[in-house]
Amino acid sequence: MTLRLHDVSKTVDGKPHIHPVNLELEKGTMNVLLGPTSAGKTSLMRLMAGLDTPDTGAILWEGRDVTGARVQTRDVAMVYQQFVNYPAMSVYDNIASPLKIQGKSRGEIDAKVREMAQLLKLTDLLDRRPAEISGGQQQRCAIARALAKDVGLVLMDEPLANLDYKLREELRVEIPRLFAASGAIFVYATTEPEEALLLGGNTATLWEGRVTQFGPSMQVYREPVDEITARVYSDPPMNFVTVRKDGAKVHFPGGQLARVDAGPADLADLADGEYRAGFRAHDIALGEGVAGDLTFAAKVNSTELTGSETFLHLDVQGDRWTALVRGPQVLAPGSDLHISLDPARIFYFDTNGKLARAPQREAAGAGV
Amino acid sequence: MTKRPLPSLIMLAYLLFLLLPIYWLVIMSFKPNSEILGAFTLWPQDFTLGNYRTILTDPSWYMGFVNSFIYVAMNTVISLCVALPAAYAFSRYRFMGDNHLFFWLLTNRMAPPAVFALPFFQLYSSVNLFDTHIAVALAHCLFNVPLAVWILEGFMRGVPREIDETAFIDGYSFPRFFTRIFIPMIGPGIGVAAFFCFMFSWVELLLSRTLTSVDAKPITAIMTRTVSASGLDWGVLAAAGVLTIIPGAIVIYFVRGYIAKGFALGRV
Repeated sequence: MTLRLHDVSKTVDGKPHIHPVNLELEKGTMNVLLGPTSAGKTSLMRLMAGLDTPDTGAILWEGRDVTGARVQTRDVAMVYQQFVNYPAMSVYDNIASPLKIQGKSRGEIDAKVREMAQLLKLTDLLDRRPAEISGGQQQRCAIARALAKDVGLVLMDEPLANLDYKLREELRVEIPRLFAASGAIFVYATTEPEEALLLGGNTATLWEGRVTQFGPSMQVYREPVDEITARVYSDPPMNFVTVRKDGAKVHFPGGQLARVDAGPADLADLADGEYRAGFRAHDIALGEGVAGDLTFAAKVNSTELTGSETFLHLDVQGDRWTALVRGPQVLAPGSDLHISLDPARIFYFDTNGKLARAPQREAAGAGV
Repeated sequence: MTKRPLPSLIMLAYLLFLLLPIYWLVIMSFKPNSEILGAFTLWPQDFTLGNYRTILTDPSWYMGFVNSFIYVAMNTVISLCVALPAAYAFSRYRFMGDNHLFFWLLTNRMAPPAVFALPFFQLYSSVNLFDTHIAVALAHCLFNVPLAVWILEGFMRGVPREIDETAFIDGYSFPRFFTRIFIPMIGPGIGVAAFFCFMFSWVELLLSRTLTSVDAKPITAIMTRTVSASGLDWGVLAAAGVLTIIPGAIVIYFVRGYIAKGFALGRV
């Protein structure tokens, strides 16, 4: 079982929603579509499901062209961001509905529904109507219905986005388990980089209707091919400064210099010239840091406390940076401080936005 | 809380004025003609069921009710069968001129039925449909179909499109989805639309009278022709009036919870 998208594109009302996309999803893989709102995640999913027909290109399922095939004949199931169930039917009938259409026997249907209910903790709720259960349970019901169908391709369009924090955590743990049990191709759309990393598998990063990169999630995270991918795969957003490499030194704003042979990120063989240096918010530390670190004078614009962590919005030589530091830090807006940055953790992109050098694993391996 | 008698008095007076004609109609139906014309009485002095007996035993009277029921039922069924797919199309698809078409439908309701009486009479006579129930039922579709489309479209818009798509992904064919999943979801809307079709067809007089003579003559037309040699038969007429109100009252009871939404054409 493979799903191949070959040069698939979609234009709606003269506006390109999806630029020609090539993707190949293998049997039994978890594939995350990661991108901000309106990046084209839903549009791409609808094309995969067959709800929309692409303007160009072909969609191949197990090598067979299914581009124009009716959605009823496809081997897909879908879970929406909104909790979509049939309100006039009980939870039991909701889960059973695709099985009834398939013409399964009564006993078979009953066994499958009970199995799914067990898996998604709905056993006590089978007689209720969707309106009589909580949002999280409604979404479980929708997931149970999608999985009961035993299909080759399960599409989940931000299934946890409308749930409250607690339920989201709970279901987030369950989804990889359900995925492993099903053996299907899973496609999971999300706006959160953290979720993509938690689910593992592969990530396709989307930006304005383009797939900017597709590969194993960790690899995309560690070696984004370009600046846009790095932005999409960073939350809070990656900080960028323009630097200049000149021989053995890299000039940072504020007169800071990084030696090209500092740490594992060996820049010696990069051509001289301008680069964009990018680094994630959690790689910034408070204080002067250790020898070899870059140190910057910064002014605090605002702080956001989340309890165990603090977001600092900083002004550094006119650039706006975001830092994520451990513990609650109480800093008045306008106060001055020093921050430091390990030069080995910096991504370098060339002036076209393409990745020139990524930090090597030993250095970049710490956390999200 | 201090008791304020004025608002309740106003309410009481309002209800009194509202119900007075109906009360008068009801007591008239239980009086003989002599009492109706001879004396001013607030309740029947000489109570009689004779007026109702006349209506329920005389075919020229009760066939009027039967005829009305037949064409009203036909009209309601036809209107809903036509309006359901039309409303679904308006609520789910974008097509050329859909907004204009949708508005144009409503403008059909703005023309007085009298405008259409003459062309309908000519048309139905020439195709031998004159004085049949289906003729009246079809004529009433002129204003009932647009109304039903508007009401149903409003209810259908409240159903997320994702439900349709989920059903198709689940493998439902369109007819099966429509009958098993969609129609149960808009049940109240269908009830309200049916009520409005029933009501407008039931009370409409001009077209139904123009298009019928004997076989399909509606009760409202019969009621306007009760002048006989001995003058107007007040009691029987009042009894017929009471009987004409009852079906509407019964039907409205079943959709009472959704009627406001219906009056707003499903757009509440």
